Amino acid sequence: MEFTGLLSAVVFLPLAGAVVIALVLRKYSHARLFAAAVAIVDFILAIVAFAVYDTNAGGIQLVDRLSNWIPGLGDDGFAVQYLLGIDGLSAPLVLLTGLLGLVAVLASWHIKLRVREYFIWLLALQTGVMGVFTSLDFLLFFLFWELELIPMFFLIAIWGSDPKSKREYSAMKFLIFTILGSAFMLVGILVLFFSTGTFDMTVLPDAIRGANLLLPAGVVFSLLFVGFAVKLPLWPLHTWLPDAHTDAPTAGSVILAGVLLKMGGYGMFRVSVSMFPDVAQDAAWLFAAAGVINVIYGAIVVMRQTDLKRLIAFSSVSHMGFVMIGLASVVGVNGTVSTLGLTGAAMQMFTHGTITGLLFLLVGMVYDKAHTRYIPDLGGLAKRMPFLAIALLVAGLASLGLPGTSGFVAELLIFLGAFKMWAIPTAIAAFGVVLAAAYILWTIQRVMFGPIKDRFADITDVSGIQYVPIALLVIAIIAVGVFPTFISDVFSSGVEPIANSLEQVAQARLR
Amino acid sequence: MSAFDLYLLAPELSLAALALVLVLVDLVVRNKTVLPVLAVLGLTVPLIFSLILWFDLSSGDTMQMHGMFNTLVVDKFSLFFKFLLIAAAGIVILSSTDYVQKFARFQAEYYALVLFATTGMMLLASTTELITIYISLELTALPIAALAAFMRDGRSTESGMKFLVLSAISSAVLLYGMVIVYGYTGTTSLPQIAEQIGNLSLLGGSPFGSNALLFGIVLMIAGFGFKVASVPFQMWAPDVYEGSPTPVTAFLSVASKAAGFAVILRVFYGAFPADMLSLDWSATFAVLSALSMTIGNLVAVRQDNIKRLMGYSTIAHAGYILVGLAAVTARTPGAESIGPSGVLFYLGGFAATNLAAFSVIIAISNRINSDRIDDYAGMARRAPVLATVLTLSMISLTGIPPAVGFWAKIYLFSAAIEANLEWLVVIGVVNSVISAYYYLRVVKAMFLSEPTSEERVAFGLPMQLAVALGFIGTLIFGIYPTPLLNLARTAAGALLS
Repeated sequence: MEFTGLLSAVVFLPLAGAVVIALVLRKYSHARLFAAAVAIVDFILAIVAFAVYDTNAGGIQLVDRLSNWIPGLGDDGFAVQYLLGIDGLSAPLVLLTGLLGLVAVLASWHIKLRVREYFIWLLALQTGVMGVFTSLDFLLFFLFWELELIPMFFLIAIWGSDPKSKREYSAMKFLIFTILGSAFMLVGILVLFFSTGTFDMTVLPDAIRGANLLLPAGVVFSLLFVGFAVKLPLWPLHTWLPDAHTDAPTAGSVILAGVLLKMGGYGMFRVSVSMFPDVAQDAAWLFAAAGVINVIYGAIVVMRQTDLKRLIAFSSVSHMGFVMIGLASVVGVNGTVSTLGLTGAAMQMFTHGTITGLLFLLVGMVYDKAHTRYIPDLGGLAKRMPFLAIALLVAGLASLGLPGTSGFVAELLIFLGAFKMWAIPTAIAAFGVVLAAAYILWTIQRVMFGPIKDRFADITDVSGIQYVPIALLVIAIIAVGVFPTFISDVFSSGVEPIANSLEQVAQARLR
Repeated sequence: MSAFDLYLLAPELSLAALALVLVLVDLVVRNKTVLPVLAVLGLTVPLIFSLILWFDLSSGDTMQMHGMFNTLVVDKFSLFFKFLLIAAAGIVILSSTDYVQKFARFQAEYYALVLFATTGMMLLASTTELITIYISLELTALPIAALAAFMRDGRSTESGMKFLVLSAISSAVLLYGMVIVYGYTGTTSLPQIAEQIGNLSLLGGSPFGSNALLFGIVLMIAGFGFKVASVPFQMWAPDVYEGSPTPVTAFLSVASKAAGFAVILRVFYGAFPADMLSLDWSATFAVLSALSMTIGNLVAVRQDNIKRLMGYSTIAHAGYILVGLAAVTARTPGAESIGPSGVLFYLGGFAATNLAAFSVIIAISNRINSDRIDDYAGMARRAPVLATVLTLSMISLTGIPPAVGFWAKIYLFSAAIEANLEWLVVIGVVNSVISAYYYLRVVKAMFLSEPTSEERVAFGLPMQLAVALGFIGTLIFGIYPTPLLNLARTAAGALLS
């Protein structure tokens, strides 16, 4: 039995904080301060976990394992472990979740409605997401995957934007889509269990290779893939996303775009590609096609949006498409699979988390001050809120992949990695970057520049604590843009074993 | 009847005695509030007897103890249900107190009827003989019919009448099935039926014989299907659930259902083992299961009354549990299935969850005199504790962590995957999605809508106890299901031996 305890603390600290708020703290200002303290400590713990992770040694580290959580009994082998651990793939995502968790709490400082309840759900959500990224037992993974549903449902349905009926509709849509995806995922997980006799994700890839699956591998793959595709989200399963994003409160959007979508991408890495290298290579064309559709469809739809949050939401659809393009590089060339495309895809998840997180944060602030998200009603805000305008410009430029920002690194790696095998799709997808430049700059121009409207005469710039989350994310974006290796090295150490197993399959096919 | 028989029957006998004591005490005591206290405290007697029997079985080398001319069997399977039923009866009595105090008369009779019905259910779980099964069923049904009609208003009387008539019809169907099985095998004892069927199959039993047997089995499935409210025998459930006093509804949906499944498992495992029969009745259970889940959930979506909603929800959950039965029987000969332990675990988890939910519903409806979901608006503010408990129950019924329903569903679906019933599991999980919609409607009303009044919903100590017990069971087994799971596995192991 190994037990380091660090990851358990990272995962359960927010939930413990939520319980304390529910049972002990009665005043909303205390609850808010306490939530911030919990988020800061959790972020520090996440940094520690990331820093402690030894890239050279690789593999799974910081393991917390209780193998007798649900032991099998007699003929009944239904054994579930409590197993947490991180590898190069999940370590940066834990860091990202810690960062955005803190940003979300700080971005919620102005919440006035049912404050204690709000922070309870926000912290519970944090536990769910952290759990998904760290759990290595498939059933535990699924448990955390489901755990995140209810808090997000409440965050959208209670603290979302008016009107009430619309936000409740969006919350329910989010819930039903996700739960439908995870329902199929559950079937896949159980089929894998009864084919291999284990839920342990560290041994499943090998176990599946030798096992006689109850259902064809392609079917199991699809069952699991649907769950991840809804979350990512892939066209045509994306329709919940614009609604949920638009109606979620600012912090909800930040978490939704920043980390919840990454759960889908992470699942594709951890499960679809790692456990089914064979099927993944067959399906690589599907990844590429889906990626291209997401990138181009998202970008075109963005152009027509007049709601600022909806616009950013569709840009997310477009940007998450790049992850799929990177994943499509699993097919390899002449029996070699480089880590380039996969690292790029993972990097894209990280950078999209910071960039879109910042975009939603800023847009939320604009909405709070201007009381409208309708773009034609906005304009010239830069004169009144210069800091916000500059931050929005940074986020926008990073989003369109300007060198020196994190967005550039990820997209470059993806294009480099995928171009060899998917020249035409990659070229089309690269056009998405051009479109991104167009819509981002056009949007910023319409919102921030031009003549200022009269009713924004006494609008103010960000103040007080609002600087902190913005600064955190801007620093993250620039830092990763200038020193990408401190994240990408970890990612590439994480995808290396995946690439190796893919390579074996590719070479076996050549023979 | 020997002393040993008395020892084996001690839980049931003490329970029936407790019911009689209650009625007698009622004659001499003016303060009726002692009745529920006495009832709940008295329940510890059968509980202790059951515990003694359990440890007796654990220490000895026998898996089963037989008595009463081999009609009675005490094994860990039957004791599992005794624990479950005693706990359910206790919580129902606790949550009834506020309700029953409204009655001017017959308070003791109410509790006594609950206890009599529980006695019947406990017997049902521990008999291995068809006629005893039938008598136990009647002992269960008659008190419940009386309880359903207890309010003596139009709705309640209607529901009691409905239950009585339909129950009688289903009993007749069941009896007819039993007669045919008896005619084919010449015995009413379950193990001997299995033996006879085995012999006849070995002799190359005639096609007519096996068809007749099939007919008998189908009739028995129909009879039991009524008791557990599975489609297409579910018609009575929503009306009876809506019209009965709410604690009785809770009792029906938890205890009655558990006892029904106990006897189904007993009969179909004991008398008709799948590997002995050429005919495949697992397909029947699979189809019933798919229908129950789908129809129960789809109709529940449209309900505005929470008791009706819970009625349809119970039908859907009968469907989920039938997944486990289909898996039990679809197993490959020789290989053990996790189906029976799945059914038992589900029943345990479902009992905790549903009792928590109903306790809250009783507490709220006592106060606001309404069962409409719309009237639950803003309960999160008027009764934060009750709203939290009901939310956890709804989450549990949907099958979302951290509630016991999550594990119950996963474990049952595991059994079905193990039995190669992937299609049924897909139907099951899609149904969970549908159910999420209507369960969360209740949550939505409580948390999202503005309250219609600011008045707090208060409730008495017994009710608090009932709510707490259900809540703790739902949450604890949701986080750490192992104890309940191991109990279910042990009990199922006794059934299989």
